[in-house]
Amino acid sequence: MSKLYSGAEIVFKCLEDQKVDIIFGYPGGAVLPIYDELKNHQSIKHILVRHEQGAGHAAEGYARSTGKPGIFLVTSGPGATNAVTALTDAYMDSVPLVCISGQVPTHLIGTDAFQECDTTGITRPCTKHNWLVKDIKDLSKIIHKAFEVATTGRPGPVLVDIPKDIQFQKTKYSKYTKQKKLNGKIYNQYTQREIDELIKLMNKASKPIFYTGGGVINSGPKASELLRDLVSLTGFPITSTLQGLGSYPGNDNQFLGMLGMHGTYEANNAMYECDLMINIGARFDDRITGKLDEFSPKSKKVHIDIDPSSINKNVKVDLPIVGDVSKVISSTIKTIKKTKPNFEKSNKQKISKWWEKIQKWRLVKSLDFINSTETIKPQYAIQRLYELTKNKDAYITTEVGQHQMWAAQHYIFDKPNRLMTSGGLGTMGYGLPAAVGVQVAHPNKLVIDIAGEASVLMTMQEMSTAVQYSLPIKIFILNNEYMGMVRQWQELLHDKNYSESYTAALPDFVKLAEAYGCVGFRAETPEELDDKIIDMINTDQPVIFDCKVDKEENCFPMIPSGKPHNQMLLGPKDQKEKKITGKGKTLV
Amino acid sequence: MTSIKTKSAYSIPSKQGKFDTHIIVVWVDNETGVLARVVGLFSGRGYNIESLTVAEIDPKLNISRITIVTTGSPQVIEQIKLQLKKLVPVHKVADFMRGDKKIIFKEMALLKVVGNNLKREKAFKACKKYNAVILDKTNKSIVIQITALRREIDQMTKNLKKYGLKSISRTGAVAMTRGSKVFH
Repeated sequence: MSKLYSGAEIVFKCLEDQKVDIIFGYPGGAVLPIYDELKNHQSIKHILVRHEQGAGHAAEGYARSTGKPGIFLVTSGPGATNAVTALTDAYMDSVPLVCISGQVPTHLIGTDAFQECDTTGITRPCTKHNWLVKDIKDLSKIIHKAFEVATTGRPGPVLVDIPKDIQFQKTKYSKYTKQKKLNGKIYNQYTQREIDELIKLMNKASKPIFYTGGGVINSGPKASELLRDLVSLTGFPITSTLQGLGSYPGNDNQFLGMLGMHGTYEANNAMYECDLMINIGARFDDRITGKLDEFSPKSKKVHIDIDPSSINKNVKVDLPIVGDVSKVISSTIKTIKKTKPNFEKSNKQKISKWWEKIQKWRLVKSLDFINSTETIKPQYAIQRLYELTKNKDAYITTEVGQHQMWAAQHYIFDKPNRLMTSGGLGTMGYGLPAAVGVQVAHPNKLVIDIAGEASVLMTMQEMSTAVQYSLPIKIFILNNEYMGMVRQWQELLHDKNYSESYTAALPDFVKLAEAYGCVGFRAETPEELDDKIIDMINTDQPVIFDCKVDKEENCFPMIPSGKPHNQMLLGPKDQKEKKITGKGKTLV
Repeated sequence: MTSIKTKSAYSIPSKQGKFDTHIIVVWVDNETGVLARVVGLFSGRGYNIESLTVAEIDPKLNISRITIVTTGSPQVIEQIKLQLKKLVPVHKVADFMRGDKKIIFKEMALLKVVGNNLKREKAFKACKKYNAVILDKTNKSIVIQITALRREIDQMTKNLKKYGLKSISRTGAVAMTRGSKVFH
């Protein structure tokens, strides 16, 4: 008879078979048997966080920077409810996560037992799928299935809820061999005819644009390479969503910068004016489209996405192509090369007027700001941070708010998997634990969380995790003492009634760093900024960097909600020069 | 009235298209929570459920068939189907308009009429064209079972009031294709 394994052992057997090397987690009553088993599995390292939300975001950081699923382990009740924010975040941003949660013993389920909650009920709407394991015999099958669901199709989080008695029970375990043929939920249904149709449209277009998103990054590093080939082959301009930044080199001439609510003037105007929009792995989110009725009114729209339910959800498209981004791009390139070897040349002329127009929009320099010699402008801080780290292949995470948008505008990404940011859910407090996860995955890389002082306080306790595991993450706080984006909206839309958006009692971040056992820096003038940043980079310990910035700087350009792409608010410099202040204001 | 100077962080809702009634049939694994997943998808995304019927149809393969009557714009109906197909325990999804001539729809209702002989008789007579069956009979009451379309049952529940209709219990719609064809 083959050997019998306990449920807890089977959990680790499965993780080993799935080649898991890191799990993030926090112990508690209902997962103690699993934690007891941890010592017998040397190949799996456990990172103890300070809050389960942190475990989830750290797993997201790990997943997004490596392309592998992130694993986290939490206990029942509050452990599971604390994981909900991270699960929802991963669901919105298509991050593959596997959450294993403990549950009270089977016979206590439904009795309002200590630390009991309906975990599968609570997490049902924020996971791709979840399972409550009721029979030890199903355990290994379910865990392997969980990995499959999380990582295939459009990736996302899953949860496996394991009652404590199941963790003790014993059964057989048969080694898992990954099956090539995946379940019926995988969609790679595009046909050559659709590719031909796409090329026909590309051939006809005189004002084309690529609009790319996180799907390119989720499709793997190959997809980003192929995207570069496709863009250079066609000569078309390309813009990217927040989540897609890095899939195409940010300093390439064909790249128009990020689009959307805080996107560049050239990207948004090109989206508005184009006659062919090729969406690759993006989802027409409301922060991208602005007013739907007036979204890119003159264009034929092509949508390449692995998730059929993303097609026609917000914007009706003319040609949907359901499939994996790298496969679709690869087929497209092959077909162009085969059927239209002169595409590159013949096309260049056709779209040259379009490029002239784009160059004019570029001259607006919509990301410009009025710099200061007295106070540090937040945009300037990011620019300096970029200049001083650009040759170090840095990994950037962000929190949520103005600093996040400034990071997206002024930090230039030229590789995929280098920006980890909460785009869909907009979770303040994401960046610090995500940085922990990134640093765990890449111990020798420079990992920086571009943070706001309000966001970072939401998960500040994870500094303790960073110190415990000697993870030299750099928390670069743009400290304006306000919830900046809230303040900006209040200024522009609520008659400057700054209701509860000022934090009157902030901690001394340098002392806070010291209290955690790491290093604190503070920069208050533009003059000292560079030296301090260099000091930060050279510190081989976790750092909290308190960068005191202009308190009232706003993030421009901006499309006010409910407005189309061609009605952008530009920054103060432009408003001063062109005297469109009055008009700009009525647009809000 | 929606003001043009919206202060909402979200865009102004676009004009709503024409709403149609559709019947959506879903084949699912009969496992714990599967109904909650389907229903949760509808409530979570703001879709409508007019009626819902569910029962296991294949005990060997553990398959249940869920029939949902819903209303929505063509775009919403398309989303409902695509979102349903994404659920792990969902095997297939079929959809058709309520007016589709190739499809049989039926709902069943139990009607309790309390009243004198004459009223009871009249009530039963009125029901006759809807495959009426008497399931219970006393000298004061009858329970009639009818199978019909939704609007026909709606009509009957109005018509029978005057004969002493005291209680109504009805199922949601079930559906099947006419002829030898089956749903795909």
